[in-house]
Amino acid sequence: MTKEEIVAKLPYADPFLFVDRITEVSQTHIKGEFTFKDSCDFYKGHFVNFPVTPGVLLLECMMQIGLVSLGIYLLRDKGFDLRSNSTVAMVENEARFYKPVFPNETVTIESDLEYFRFHKLKSKVKMLNQNGEVVCQGIFSGILKPGDAES
Amino acid sequence: MNQEIYPKLTEIITPYLPEDVDPKSIEPSSHLVNDLNINSTHLVDIVLDVEDAFDITIEDDELNKMDTVEASIALIEQKLEAR
Repeated sequence: MTKEEIVAKLPYADPFLFVDRITEVSQTHIKGEFTFKDSCDFYKGHFVNFPVTPGVLLLECMMQIGLVSLGIYLLRDKGFDLRSNSTVAMVENEARFYKPVFPNETVTIESDLEYFRFHKLKSKVKMLNQNGEVVCQGIFSGILKPGDAES
Repeated sequence: MNQEIYPKLTEIITPYLPEDVDPKSIEPSSHLVNDLNINSTHLVDIVLDVEDAFDITIEDDELNKMDTVEASIALIEQKLEAR
């Protein structure tokens, strides 16, 4: 599976897709990027007169790359399709924020797998800004809920 | 009922109980999900802790065998014997 195919298989679309590209992927690691464009609607309200990316969206971005994209890669041969026969849910996140992310910043997300068993994926995920500074890091986990796919 | 496995297992389960479930209410017949209200993600954590504590491996298709405390003990015993 190519890095482009991973992005194409994500169950998200505009305005809730927070993955521009995947740059590295292996059985235990994934790396990707996203640019929070200043045209995003939420900047009008977060905050009034001071646009800054909401932390909850940083978490979402980290999970879309660090958990969902990695999970899609790990299950590439198993017949799951998050757009038709199965879904995912966030189950745990324990994160700390260190820096703000302003409009038009590109962030890099790195995720190192702790385990993926019984459909639960747990990973250490880190978000870096363009200066290589840690914006947010934490331990996240999500669970795959299969529909009619074979496990 | 295996007297060595039982206390070790209840010790593993306890931190994953919801706040409103008293650890003292754990019984051999307790169903992990229906009686103890443990959610599916914590069930995975319990299995992983069990694997570490007893040095065994539980296969993906065996997760559903760990429905009650006594069924979990039976599976752990079976794994320990097969080791």
